[in-house]
Amino acid sequence: MAKKSKQNSSAKLGTRKSDILGRGQTPWVYSQTVRDHFFCPKNFMKLEEEKKFKSNAQGMVGSPACGDVMRFWLFIDPKTEKIKQCRWRTFGCGAAIGSTSMLSVMLTEKGGMKLEKARKIKPQDIIKRLGGLPEIKYHCSVLGDKALRSAINDYFRGTNQLNRIVPEEGRIIDPDTKTTDKDIEMAILEGADTLEKVQERTKVGVANPKIIPEVEQLIRFYKEKYSISDSEGKNG
Amino acid sequence: MKKLIYLDHAATTPLSLEVKTAMEPFWSENFGNPSSIYQLGIRAKSALSQARQKIAKILGAKETEIIFTAGGTESANVAILGLSRAIQKTLKKPGHIITTKIEHPAVLNAVLALKKEGFAISVLPVDKHGLVSLEKIKKTVKPETFLISVMYANNEIGTIEPIIEIGKLLKKINQKRKADGLSRIYFHTDACQAAGYLDIKVDKLGVDLLTFNGSKIYGPKGSAVLYIRNGVSLKPLIFGGGQENGLRSGTENVPAYIGLAKALELVQKNKNEEIQRLNKLSQKLIDGILKSISKTFLNGHPQKRLPNNVNITILDIEGEALLLYLDHYGICASTGSACHSQNLQPSHVLQAIGLPREIIHGSLRLTLGQKTTNKDIDYVLKVLPDIVKKLRELSPINISLKNG
Repeated sequence: MAKKSKQNSSAKLGTRKSDILGRGQTPWVYSQTVRDHFFCPKNFMKLEEEKKFKSNAQGMVGSPACGDVMRFWLFIDPKTEKIKQCRWRTFGCGAAIGSTSMLSVMLTEKGGMKLEKARKIKPQDIIKRLGGLPEIKYHCSVLGDKALRSAINDYFRGTNQLNRIVPEEGRIIDPDTKTTDKDIEMAILEGADTLEKVQERTKVGVANPKIIPEVEQLIRFYKEKYSISDSEGKNG
Repeated sequence: MKKLIYLDHAATTPLSLEVKTAMEPFWSENFGNPSSIYQLGIRAKSALSQARQKIAKILGAKETEIIFTAGGTESANVAILGLSRAIQKTLKKPGHIITTKIEHPAVLNAVLALKKEGFAISVLPVDKHGLVSLEKIKKTVKPETFLISVMYANNEIGTIEPIIEIGKLLKKINQKRKADGLSRIYFHTDACQAAGYLDIKVDKLGVDLLTFNGSKIYGPKGSAVLYIRNGVSLKPLIFGGGQENGLRSGTENVPAYIGLAKALELVQKNKNEEIQRLNKLSQKLIDGILKSISKTFLNGHPQKRLPNNVNITILDIEGEALLLYLDHYGICASTGSACHSQNLQPSHVLQAIGLPREIIHGSLRLTLGQKTTNKDIDYVLKVLPDIVKKLRELSPINISLKNG
């Protein structure tokens, strides 16, 4: 009994124990489940398979500069709207690879997940199934859910169900450019560390100077969140 | 347990057995406090003095010019903050410090802390091989400049900086400044990575302050030296009983410093043969990787580099995932990828040599050491191409390699 509760607790989000030690004998940076998925990734798109694979939805998120890119190929049964087959590729760290692999299992197990349910998957759900991840990995590495939603939108676009497309979440900061707080966060992760640089990427507030103070506040917030210091290197 | 191939000697080195033996009597037997007047204390004091003399001799310095600290970071901090705070009062305008973009955080963050205190700082860029330019240093010097800190060899890409030339340049600049009635510029070098392989005679280098530590030269962790040229005055960062000339109070870590002296003596004595041996091995590793894996290139200077450093970029894969695979095969390595760092920022050194972020994530650093054999290199060359192939199969990106 005691053993069981211990296992349960170590499967909680971000549990320290699984951050440091795998449950096996060898110390490892991630949980045993992440380890399994990292070394034996499930459902990834093999090179020779790519041309043959019959997909009716594709999605991709992230950027190489930020360190993570995820791409999904889905085959969705149009009648049941269940995800029957799923393939992926990921550029990223062990957590990124492990979490995408786990997501692919969650989507296709038990006869496949319905699109409406799949759309509601959160990074936390994947992290839970992985037996926790180090906290620092929460944001960047678990992009699989976003790639999935982008693929689901792609499916609706392809099947001409445009009313069912749901734009990616995020709070709209600039109504003109539809820039969201997530866009600003991404810009900062990609190296934009000043208002000017964030504007170069997102055009946020260029036509809407009223919102600049809020943008600046968000920049400070995300820079602090990721411990990004001000750029140095100017002579003199 | 599978065999462990440790190729991260730039991170830290194992304690050499000879060093361990030299330290042994000072844990439980001669454990006295060097400040005590009874025999046990005197024995510790005299051993400490011998260690200091040994180090001084290797540096071509005087015993009084050597202080012991608890690490490379501390030595660099005492050098930079200590000098700045001592000099502050003598300056009319805020003092100016010059350093480089590729310094270790121990130097960079100390300098940044001084910026917040009102000092002016210039962080010089480096070229694509990581070399700082003498011309740029010359141009950046101002009347208020009082410190230049340039690392001897870089920890990530292994590039060896022209310390002797910078020393000569500063000598000339200082002569002119003396004639002009300006205060002199002091020169600090962080020699943590260099102490195991390069000449660290302080007069030859022309440095006023030099930092190195035990944990990179097969000595104990938590031990380091700061060389302070006679006449250079510093303010302490740690206050207390006044040990180490008042610059580093606290009971001396006698066994660690004995070990540090022994470690320095050993690496410096054997450095010529070791450089030759490691050069051969690292060149074999570099050539082997570049030949067997497509879309790879070497970072750092092709010739002016530490004999044990191999830093290679492998496109389309991410460094942390690569390290996890290498670890699976018993190989310990390092990367400049953001995913591997505490602050999710990719390596500032690789950024400084002009690599774009998407490429930095795929850097692999292998640093060889005393126990590295030809067989180890063969093993890495055998498993690495397969690991890269596997990770590239998983990767959705395909970056094109421009200009070789």
